[in-house]
Amino acid sequence: MPMSTAVLFKQVSRYFDQVKAVDKVNLAIQEGEFFAMLGPSGSGKTTCLRLIAGFEQPSTGQIEIFGEAVAGVPPYRRQVNTVFQDYALFPHLNILDNVAYGLMIRGIDKKTRYQAAEEALNLVQLSGFSARKPAQLSGGQRQRVALARALVNKPKVLLLDEPLGALDLKLREQMQEELKALQKQLGITFVFVTHDQGEALSMADRIAVFNQGKIIQVDTPQALYRRPNSPFVANFVGSSNVLPPEFVKRLGLPAQWASLRPEDIQLVHSAGYSATLLSHSYMGSANRLQLVLNDQVLHALVPHHLALPPDNSQVQITWQPSDLHLMESA
Amino acid sequence: MHSKAPWGLKIAAGLGLAFLHLPILLIFVYAFTTEEKSYQWPPPGFTLKWFGVAWERSDVWEALALSLKVASISTLIALVLGTLCAAAVSRTRFFGRETISLLVILPIALPGIITGIALRSAFNLADIPFSFWTIVLGHATFCIVVVYNNAVARFRRLSGSLIEASMDLGANSFQTFRYVILPNIATALLAGGMLAFALSFDEVIVTTFTAGQQSTLPIWMLEELVRPRQRPVTNVVAVLVVLMTVLPIIAAYYLTRDGEHSAGQGK
Repeated sequence: MPMSTAVLFKQVSRYFDQVKAVDKVNLAIQEGEFFAMLGPSGSGKTTCLRLIAGFEQPSTGQIEIFGEAVAGVPPYRRQVNTVFQDYALFPHLNILDNVAYGLMIRGIDKKTRYQAAEEALNLVQLSGFSARKPAQLSGGQRQRVALARALVNKPKVLLLDEPLGALDLKLREQMQEELKALQKQLGITFVFVTHDQGEALSMADRIAVFNQGKIIQVDTPQALYRRPNSPFVANFVGSSNVLPPEFVKRLGLPAQWASLRPEDIQLVHSAGYSATLLSHSYMGSANRLQLVLNDQVLHALVPHHLALPPDNSQVQITWQPSDLHLMESA
Repeated sequence: MHSKAPWGLKIAAGLGLAFLHLPILLIFVYAFTTEEKSYQWPPPGFTLKWFGVAWERSDVWEALALSLKVASISTLIALVLGTLCAAAVSRTRFFGRETISLLVILPIALPGIITGIALRSAFNLADIPFSFWTIVLGHATFCIVVVYNNAVARFRRLSGSLIEASMDLGANSFQTFRYVILPNIATALLAGGMLAFALSFDEVIVTTFTAGQQSTLPIWMLEELVRPRQRPVTNVVAVLVVLMTVLPIIAAYYLTRDGEHSAGQGK
């Protein structure tokens, strides 16, 4: 059974004066999907999120949410809720009233809405904090409140704007797992914006990679990593050796750009390509090598226990033919 | 560590304070004097009878009522217009924003006499007869500034995403104002409103130019000074004015001070 489309972008553009923040974007986000919008800052991903929320209107093109065109529909009439980057908790309300805000606006009676708010706080493991003010919570706790405040409204789509950006590394990893589990449990479509490719790879079902207002590639994390369609994606998602067409041609392949992941390069004793080992650096779990093959600098990651020849000596390297991925566009 | 101030400094500070506040104290003392024709020092005797006399005089009541009405309505106008203005300047970007910000503040920087003359000639040109409303309009010009200044400072501390969050959670503009913006700027508005009220209540210069036959309390006092009879009544009223203006100002001071911590920590 095909799932229905939660969010659909048809040739959507958003200009700010002369700047094309979003440039003719086509996109279909499926219901129940954990969808990531990944890109460097200024690539248009946040503007796309704001277009879904209704804080921005497209300059041209059309957006549909569950099949309904939402042109001109204000944010307060859309069945989407947002977790803001700075959480945007109301400083004058306590945690319970913050979470119950959406229900209060909808005119739901005090008892029912407080009960729902308590349940939502339970869901994000923050029961017992109801009476506190946002200023009395840590960053991670505020983030959970923001999550509960959005989820209590049972949105059809939950938008998350760099939700983990302000947290420290440990907390971020923990929240990644929790968010993922929460999304599975609730089955709500999550759309989240991030500039952190690791975060996108570990959490999302599908990722759209943005650059300069355009979507460069939409794919699953595995496909994106294994088969990037362009040098930009190859470089932005993980690190890669982006090989120019001339180099690829000399390997006996079509003259196209190609991507070769550093961990796919192996050191062998014979029957490989003859390369020069320029330098190496110890990374803990691996050694990072800098090699030169046919005037092309290559980076390789090899297991840390492998004995290395001295720098500036000749080594034999190889890779699986399938690991060298030819890319469609430059 | 606080070191002890040298004696010279203490005396200088004492003299400074005395210079500022002794005249006010004198006004209080003369409210109780038995001498009614001139201000004689030391007062020949003390009496409470002037409070009774002031209570009996209808012109005092009329002036007081007028002043209260003018101050209340000007403050109300200032609260509405000042808040709207502050919201526009701090929440949106538009051409000429800085200029408008300056133009709004200007009336309080201008000498009252300029504002007064300007308003008087404007009213004349427009053929508007001087009345209660011309006084209110005159007062509103500087009351708006006070409210605006308080509100704009608070608006700037209010994180912009709070409003978006409210809209995102289903609240329309009115609900967002009622449940998010107003609670966060309430103390600033109260403080601004109190200052505006106090300013309006003892305003003389602009009132002189914009009033018709009516006398507000300060105008009434000026007129009383040239009269030879029942002088201490003026002092009784002065005591009243001091109390009515100082108390709101002190309250406003404490309200805005506490407000520093209560709003705008959206981050």
